[in-house]
Amino acid sequence: MTDNKSAIKIADPMIPETVKVKKIFWETEDVFTMELVHEGDERKEFRFKPGQFNMLYAFGVGESAISISSDSSKKTSLLHTIHKVGYVTNELSKLKRGDILGLRGPFGTSWPLEDAKGKDICIIVGGIGLAPLRPAIYHILKHRKHYGKITLYYGARTPRDILYTVELETWKKKYDIQLEVTVDRADSSWRGHIGVVTALMNYVKLLPEKTRAMVCGPEIMMKYAVDELIKHGMDEKEIFVSLERNMKCALGFCGHCQYGPSFVCKDGPVFSFSKVTDIFEIKEL
Amino acid sequence: MKILDKINLEKLIGILKQDGYKVIGPVIKDGVILYDEIDSIKDLPEGWEDEQEAASYRLKKTNDKSLFSYVVGPQSWKKFIFPQRLRLWKAKREGKGFSVNSTKESKPKYAFFGVRSCELNAIFIQDKVFNNGMFADSYYNEVRDNILIISVNCTRSAGTCFCVSMKTGPKAKNRFDISLTEVIKNEEHYFVLEEGSPRGSDITTQLETMDASEVQIKEADDAINNAALKMNRSMNTAGLKELLYSNHDHPIWAQIASKCLSCSNCTMVCPTCFCSNMEDTTDLSGNNTERWRRWDSCFNLDYSKVTGGNFRTSGKARYRQWMTHKLASWIDQFGTSGCVGCGRCITWCPVGIDITKEIENLRNSPMPITK
Repeated sequence: MTDNKSAIKIADPMIPETVKVKKIFWETEDVFTMELVHEGDERKEFRFKPGQFNMLYAFGVGESAISISSDSSKKTSLLHTIHKVGYVTNELSKLKRGDILGLRGPFGTSWPLEDAKGKDICIIVGGIGLAPLRPAIYHILKHRKHYGKITLYYGARTPRDILYTVELETWKKKYDIQLEVTVDRADSSWRGHIGVVTALMNYVKLLPEKTRAMVCGPEIMMKYAVDELIKHGMDEKEIFVSLERNMKCALGFCGHCQYGPSFVCKDGPVFSFSKVTDIFEIKEL
Repeated sequence: MKILDKINLEKLIGILKQDGYKVIGPVIKDGVILYDEIDSIKDLPEGWEDEQEAASYRLKKTNDKSLFSYVVGPQSWKKFIFPQRLRLWKAKREGKGFSVNSTKESKPKYAFFGVRSCELNAIFIQDKVFNNGMFADSYYNEVRDNILIISVNCTRSAGTCFCVSMKTGPKAKNRFDISLTEVIKNEEHYFVLEEGSPRGSDITTQLETMDASEVQIKEADDAINNAALKMNRSMNTAGLKELLYSNHDHPIWAQIASKCLSCSNCTMVCPTCFCSNMEDTTDLSGNNTERWRRWDSCFNLDYSKVTGGNFRTSGKARYRQWMTHKLASWIDQFGTSGCVGCGRCITWCPVGIDITKEIENLRNSPMPITK
C-alpha cells in the first residue's frame, strides 16, 4: 500500500555494532576520553563529519548520545570525550582497554566548515561543549590558510576542569589561534581570566561581516554568547549552535528530542541560529 | 460498486484467513469495542453502538442487527503496526564483549477489517513518521507493507467525533483495498462494496456480489452524510499553526494544566502519537540483555529529562508541547496535521479536556499585549 519507500535502508539503524576500547584516559576528575576501533577489523574506517554524534551503548545498561571529538581525517579510530554524569556514562567510564561497547551512528548535522572558508572563525564553548567542537578545530587547523583569524573562547568551571590542556597550548602557539580561557572559580595557581565566557569577548575585535561563529555549551551560556555576538553586529545566519535534548533513537522516531518543529537528532544538533531564533528563549519548549 | 450480503461478508473473512491473513476486527471486550483477532462476523459487536462524550464512553444496544453502528473505541490500529512493546534485539555477553542477535522473526500478515476513515488517515500519517526520508523503521514498514485494509464508512457519529472539520472522514476516500458501507433500510441489510486496489478486486471476485443500483448507492451515501450532518464537534483549522506558534506564553496553558492530570491517556489512545522509549532489561546472570521499545508520552516527566536537568517540568509545558506538536509543528515535520478528528483524546481524558474547545478558547482570548 505505501509508496513512499525512499528511505535508505542500511543495516537496521536500531542495532548497534560492536567497537573496542583502544585507549581510555581521564581528562579531568569527571571527564574521560575513549579511543574506539572496530571490533575484529581495526583497520575498518569510521566516517563522520565534525559536530556529529554517536549513540554509545554500555552492555545491559543503555545508550547515551555522545558527540565525536576526534579528527575526522583520522578514520581508523574515534575519540569520544565524555562527562561522567549518568548511569550510562558512569558505566562507560569503567571500561578498560580491550573492552567492547556498542555504537550506532554517526547521526546529525555538522558544523558548517566548507562554506566558512575565507572567513574569520569565532568559537565560543563552555565546559564539555569543547568536545563537539574539537573535530571542527582540527579541520580548520589542517586547512589553516583557508581561514582568517581564529578565536577560541573557552569557559570552564575551575582550572582543574579545563580539557585538552596540552593541545590548547599547541593550537595557540603553532597555529596562530587567539585563545582566551576563563574559569568560574579560580584557585591560587590560576593566572588567567575569571568569570563568564561572554565577558572575554571584548578582548578580540570581531569583524561581524566576515566572521562565522560556532557556539556550544549549556543553553544559558549559549543564549548570552549569541546575544553578545549579535550585539557585536553579527547576523544570526552566521551563528551556529549545537543543542542538547533527550535522545532515545537518534532517527527521528522516538519523539524525545523535539525542539519546536525540529528533531534535534536529525535536524540538529548543529543549527543555524536563524533557524531557532524565534523559539530559543521560550521557556520549557 | 457492488452489493454484499451478510453471508458473503462472512465468506470474505474466510477468504482472508485462507490467504494467510490474521484478520483483526472490532470486538467487545472489557465493556468497550476494541480491535482483536476475529474468525467470523459472529465476533463483531452486532447490535451495539457507543455513546461518547468528554470523559465518557458507554456501549448501548441498538434495535437492529447492525454490525458497524459504533464508531471508534479506545484502541486504534497502531498497536499492530507500532506495538506497545517491541523487542528490538537481544545481546549475549561473550568474553570481554557481546554479540547482538537481531535475527528477524517473521512478521504477522494482517488484514484490518473495519478501519474507519479517520483511522485510515492516521495510518497514512504514521507512514510518514516511520519513513522520514532519512530512516525507515524496519518493523513498522515490514508489517505495514503486507496489511490489507477493509475500511468501513461511518454511518453514525459519536459525540466526540470531528473528522469532517479535519477533512478525514466519515467516508474513506482512497488507499484502502476494499471499503464497505452498511445500509439497513426497510428490512434490508446489505453492504455497498467499493474496490480500492487490485488486491481488493481479486478478493471481491471470489465473492458473490451484485452490481449496486443507483438507489442502493444513494442509500449508502445518505447514510454517510447522516454521520457528517450529525457531527456536533468541529475544529477550526484556519491559521491554526500560526495561532499556536504565536501563543506559547498564553495564560490558557496554565488553565488547562490546572485540570490536566498528565496521565498520558490522550497520547495512548491517539492513533497518530508515536513517541517511544527504550528499555534495557538484563537477566540475573548479567549475561543476557534485551532492548525493548515501548510507547512513551510527552506527558511523562522523564520524557525530556537529560542529565543536566529537565526541559519540561511543568504540566503546562507538557500539555503545550502535546497540543502544539499535534496541531502545529506536526505540519512542519510531516506536511500534515497530526490530528484526524477521531475524538479519542476527548472521550478518554479522565477530566474531559476537549482539544476542540481549548482551541476555540485560545482563538477567543487573544493574548494581552505586553510590549
